[in-house]
Amino acid sequence: MLAIKLAYRNLVGAGLRTWLNVIVLAFVLFMIIWHYGILDGWNEQANRDMQAWEVGNGQYWQENYDPYDFFTLEDSHAKIPEVLQKASSDGIVTPILISQASVYPDGRIQSMLLKGIDPEQKVIAIPGAELNIESEAMPAGRQEISAIIGKRMAKNCKLKEGDITTIRWRDVNGTFDALEVKIVAIFDCNVPSIDGGQMYININTLQEMMQAPNEATLFVIDEDYEMSEDISGWVYKEFDFLMTEMNEMMKMKKVGGSVLYFILMLLAMLAIFDTQVLSIFRRQKEIGTYIAMGMTRRQVVSLFTVEGAMHAILAVAVVSTLGTGFLLWLQSIGFTMPAGTDDMGIAIAETIYPVYGAGLIIGTSLLVFVITLIVSYLPARKISKMKPTDAIKGKIQ
Amino acid sequence: MEQSTLITIDNLVKRFPVGKGEFTALNGINLTINLGEFTGIVGPSGSGKTTLLNIIGSLDNATEGDAVVMGESTSNLSLKSAAKLRRKHLGFIFQTYNLLPVYTVFENVEFPLLLLNMSGSERKKAVMDALEWVGITDKVKSRPAQLSGGECQRVAIARAMVKKPVIVLADEPTANLDAANSHNILKMMVKLNQELKTTFIFATHDDKVIKYLKRKISLEDGKVVKDEFTKVKGE
Repeated sequence: MLAIKLAYRNLVGAGLRTWLNVIVLAFVLFMIIWHYGILDGWNEQANRDMQAWEVGNGQYWQENYDPYDFFTLEDSHAKIPEVLQKASSDGIVTPILISQASVYPDGRIQSMLLKGIDPEQKVIAIPGAELNIESEAMPAGRQEISAIIGKRMAKNCKLKEGDITTIRWRDVNGTFDALEVKIVAIFDCNVPSIDGGQMYININTLQEMMQAPNEATLFVIDEDYEMSEDISGWVYKEFDFLMTEMNEMMKMKKVGGSVLYFILMLLAMLAIFDTQVLSIFRRQKEIGTYIAMGMTRRQVVSLFTVEGAMHAILAVAVVSTLGTGFLLWLQSIGFTMPAGTDDMGIAIAETIYPVYGAGLIIGTSLLVFVITLIVSYLPARKISKMKPTDAIKGKIQ
Repeated sequence: MEQSTLITIDNLVKRFPVGKGEFTALNGINLTINLGEFTGIVGPSGSGKTTLLNIIGSLDNATEGDAVVMGESTSNLSLKSAAKLRRKHLGFIFQTYNLLPVYTVFENVEFPLLLLNMSGSERKKAVMDALEWVGITDKVKSRPAQLSGGECQRVAIARAMVKKPVIVLADEPTANLDAANSHNILKMMVKLNQELKTTFIFATHDDKVIKYLKRKISLEDGKVVKDEFTKVKGE
């Protein structure tokens, strides 16, 4: 208690020197919380969007399907099993048929994935209903089919709503065929694997085009679907597996972020260490006086250590009083990602809203406190080697 | 009148390493100092005055011999016990005041009482009493940098006296003060010595201080060359 009382008195008495250190530490603490809050917010948003737009609560893949090998697409479709057909009718799973194709916007060629989806589905967020509306409105005798694309695909192919373009694909027999498609809607999505290089049409139309009636490549399942039995020819991929790549990327981001974390911490700790080392030399007379007045060396070491560590406590107090409002304000306005960030290939919203978890705040505060305690203690140990008679006179040792 | 012995110094030797050799600062000192004395260890620079004061104050150890302070042999004291002795029974006054720069006058004087775990109200009363003794109650909120040298030394005396120690050790307390301030401070110390029966031991070569001493222990080259009791003017 005495050490805390005296340390507090010394810190308050030291005035500007104390506040400079506290401000540096508070800034570091604030930056770490904000930066990790951004990463956590990004992670949460990416997880949420990936689940909503692509992954659902898991997927069934046709056994030959490998999303990293487009050559497998020719063989990775099969008849929809009865159990999944029923679940699809109940609206708790949705089939997707995938084919390799090319699109010819303005005479240019662009490879893409042509995906057939159920216009009625509600399992994922792709707005398939747009296909329905246009189909109904399409005058009889028109040859073009309705398609929807995402904003990235629209940007890359310079396509806009209402444009008609040619697509070419191969059916199950390997025969090339071509058709005009009309872009009936462009949707906005944060998941690049959904809207980059992809075009969506009615699954029935694609089955017809590929001569693969009632076939699908994969099924996305929603939370109401209950796994009952293994389905022959289909492999169940659970949510965590489907998110592995995303989670690994976020881990990498956090590792990158920890470099900044480390540099910031180093700067703050250097400030504290420097202050402590300077204190030991500059305050030798004071140390000698403490000892002359009856403090033990251990008490003096404790006093200096607590003094250093109190910077961290004051920094936490500053961040919690002044920083909380600022952090909450930053959370409400979010962090707008620079232009072109969405080309990085991972799910990222235009604005990331930081998420400050209790673990992040308490963990970071504790870490700052413990490290400050250590860097305060290390120079303070020197006091125990001082001769009080020299210290009283302020002789440099 | 019966006199109780506070300090017994027995054949004390103190050597300091200098290069490859040794320098003998104190050489076979034998002394006794009694309760309530107003004593000075006098002598030229380098005679060993401060070294002797440091050993009595348990801030330093003897190389040979012993100094027994209030029944405690300083040669055998652990660091913790030495700290306890200083905390409870000894007060120090330094040439350069050694006030804690970030503390106010009140906090400086209060400091020794904090180490004694005294309650807040007791501390406040004791501090105000001590400041009254030295006549500086109007500066309680000032910091040392805002005080003159004389005022700083008054605060240092109040700090040394606030816990009413048995012994006050003063190392060249007037060296940084002008004549008027020195006399005022010495008069104050004499008064405290008489009223509180505190034993004062000075290390000094200042004639202004020497005039006030009731006992003069003269050191030369680490040896006691004269030990005389004097009648102070006005007594």
